[in-house]
Amino acid sequence: MSTISQYLTEDHEHCDALFAEAENAVARGDWTTAASGFRRFEDDTLRHFEREEEILFPTFESRTGMTGGPTFVMRQEHGQMREVLAAMSGALERHDSGAYLGQSETLLMLMRQHNLKEEQILYPMCDRALADQADALVDRMEKPRP
Amino acid sequence: MSAGAGLAYDQAPSLGLPLAYFLTAPAFLFLAALAGLATLPDWLDSRWSPAALALTHLLTLGFLGMVMVGALLQMLPVLLGRPVPAVRGVARAGWLGLGLGTPLLGLGLGRGEPVLLLAAMIVLLAGLAPILIGAAWVLARARGQSWVAWPMRQAWLALLITLGLGGLLAGGLAGRWAVGDPASLTDLHAAWGLGGWVLILVIGVAYQVVPMLQLTPAYPTWLSRWLTWWLLAGLAAYSLAQVQDDDAFAPAAMAGVVMVALAALAFALATLRVQQRRRRKLADVTLDFWRLGMASLIFCALALPLLERLPEPARISIGIVFLLGFVASVAKGMLYKIVPFLAWFHLQAQTGARAGTIPNMKEMITDRFARRNFRMHLAAVLLLAPAPFLAAPLAVPGLLCLAAAALLLGRNLFSARRLFLAHGGRL
Repeated sequence: MSTISQYLTEDHEHCDALFAEAENAVARGDWTTAASGFRRFEDDTLRHFEREEEILFPTFESRTGMTGGPTFVMRQEHGQMREVLAAMSGALERHDSGAYLGQSETLLMLMRQHNLKEEQILYPMCDRALADQADALVDRMEKPRP
Repeated sequence: MSAGAGLAYDQAPSLGLPLAYFLTAPAFLFLAALAGLATLPDWLDSRWSPAALALTHLLTLGFLGMVMVGALLQMLPVLLGRPVPAVRGVARAGWLGLGLGTPLLGLGLGRGEPVLLLAAMIVLLAGLAPILIGAAWVLARARGQSWVAWPMRQAWLALLITLGLGGLLAGGLAGRWAVGDPASLTDLHAAWGLGGWVLILVIGVAYQVVPMLQLTPAYPTWLSRWLTWWLLAGLAAYSLAQVQDDDAFAPAAMAGVVMVALAALAFALATLRVQQRRRRKLADVTLDFWRLGMASLIFCALALPLLERLPEPARISIGIVFLLGFVASVAKGMLYKIVPFLAWFHLQAQTGARAGTIPNMKEMITDRFARRNFRMHLAAVLLLAPAPFLAAPLAVPGLLCLAAAALLLGRNLFSARRLFLAHGGRL
C-alpha cells in the first residue's frame, strides 16, 4: 500500500475505534464517557473530512481535471455524515439513547460504505495520480490545524 | 471508459430496482412454506422427490436468488466502482425471470409437467442472461481490487455451471433431449449451486459486509485470498471424478467433498472468530442471524463427508439446515441492514432533509419487529431440522413458523418502504 492510501485508511480505522467506544458507552448508559468519547470521535472525523476536502481532493482535481466525478460524490456523502453527526450530538445532549443508537446505526452504514469506496477506488486513484507528491501531501494532511 | 468514471453519483441504482427484488423475496419464502404444507409427506421421504425439488428451487432461486441479485446490483458499483450497464433493463429482466420462472419451475418439477419445465427454463434463462452478461462486463473490467473481485468471478462461474446443468436436466425431464446419467448430473448441479454459487458468493460478500456491519477486524488475508480457490478446486476435483463413472475415482470425489467441507468449516469458524473480536458490542439482530447461519454451516460441513452413508432422513435434514439455517439466515441478516439503510440514504439524498427529521435506520425497521422475525425463524429451523425423522404431521408447526417468519420479514421490509414514501421519497 502506498502512502496516501495507507495514511487515510489508518485514519478511518482510528475513527471507527472512537465511534465504537462512544456507542458502547451510550448503550451502557454511561453518559459522561459517551460525551467525551463522542466529542473525540466527532472532532477526528471532521478533521478527516477536512484533510480530504481541503488538501487531497483539490490536489487530485487539479491534477486530473476531474471535478464532477468521485470527489463530488465523496463531498456529498461527507455532507450526509455531518447531518447525522449533528443529530447524534443532539441526542447525546438530551441523553436519548434510542435516538442516538438509531442515528449511530445509520452513520455506521453510511461511513463504512463511504470508506469502502474511498479505500478501494478513490485512494488507489490518488496513489496513481499523485505518486510524485504523496509524501508532501501526507505531511500537509498531518500538520495540526491552525 | 476512463478510470475516473468510478464513483459517479448515478452509479448507485435507484432504490426501486433492488427494492423490488428484496420485497419479492419473502413471498417465495412464504410460498415455500405453503408448498411444503400442501405436499406433505412427499418431501420428507426423498430429497429427489418432485416436492423436495420444487421446494429447494423456491428457496434457492426464489428467495435467495431475489436477495442476492438485488444485493449484487447494489454492491457491484460500490465494491468495484462500476455499475452494471443498462442496469434498469437488466434489473427488470432478472426480476421478471426469477419472479415468473421460479414458480413455473416449482410447478413443473412438482408435477413433472414437461411444458411447464420448458417454459420455466426459457423464462429463467432469458431473465438471468442479461444479469450474467452485465455482471461479466463489470467483473472483467474490475482492476486493482483483485481480492474483492475474484470470489465474485468464481461465484459467477459457478452460477453459469449451475444454470447450464439445470437447463440440461430440465430439458431432459421435459423430454427434449436424452441426459446420460441424470442422477449424477443432479448431484453436480446441486454441488455447483449450493457449494459453488451460494457458498462462494456468501463468502465473497462476507469479506466485505462482516467487518463493515459489526466493526470487526478483517478476515485473515491468507484466508480471503485463497479460501474460495480451494473451494473451487474441491468442486472441480469432485466433478471430474464424478463424471468418470468409474469406482476407481471414488477416492478423488471424496477428496473433493472433504476440500469443500473444510473450506465451509474454515469460513464459518473465521466468521465467528472475527465477530467475537468486534468493536461494537451492541445487541444486533443481524449478528444473531449470522451466528445461526454459521452454526448451521458448521453442522452441514461436518456432515457433508458422511452424506453418502447417512440414511435419507438425515440427508434431507442436512438440506433443511443448509437452506434455512445457513442460507436464509445469512440473507435475512443482510436484508435487515441493507433495506433500512438504502431507504434512509435515498430519502436523505432526494429530500435533503435534516437527519433528525426523517426516520433513522432503526425507525425504518424497529429492533422489536426484526427480533420477532429472528425468533420465529429460529423456531422454524429448530422444528424443521428433525422433521424428516418424525411423523409427517409434526412438520406442520415448523412450516407454520416458516410462513409466519416470511410474513414478518415482508411486513418489516414494507414498513421501510412505507416510511420512505410517507416522508416524500420517490421510487
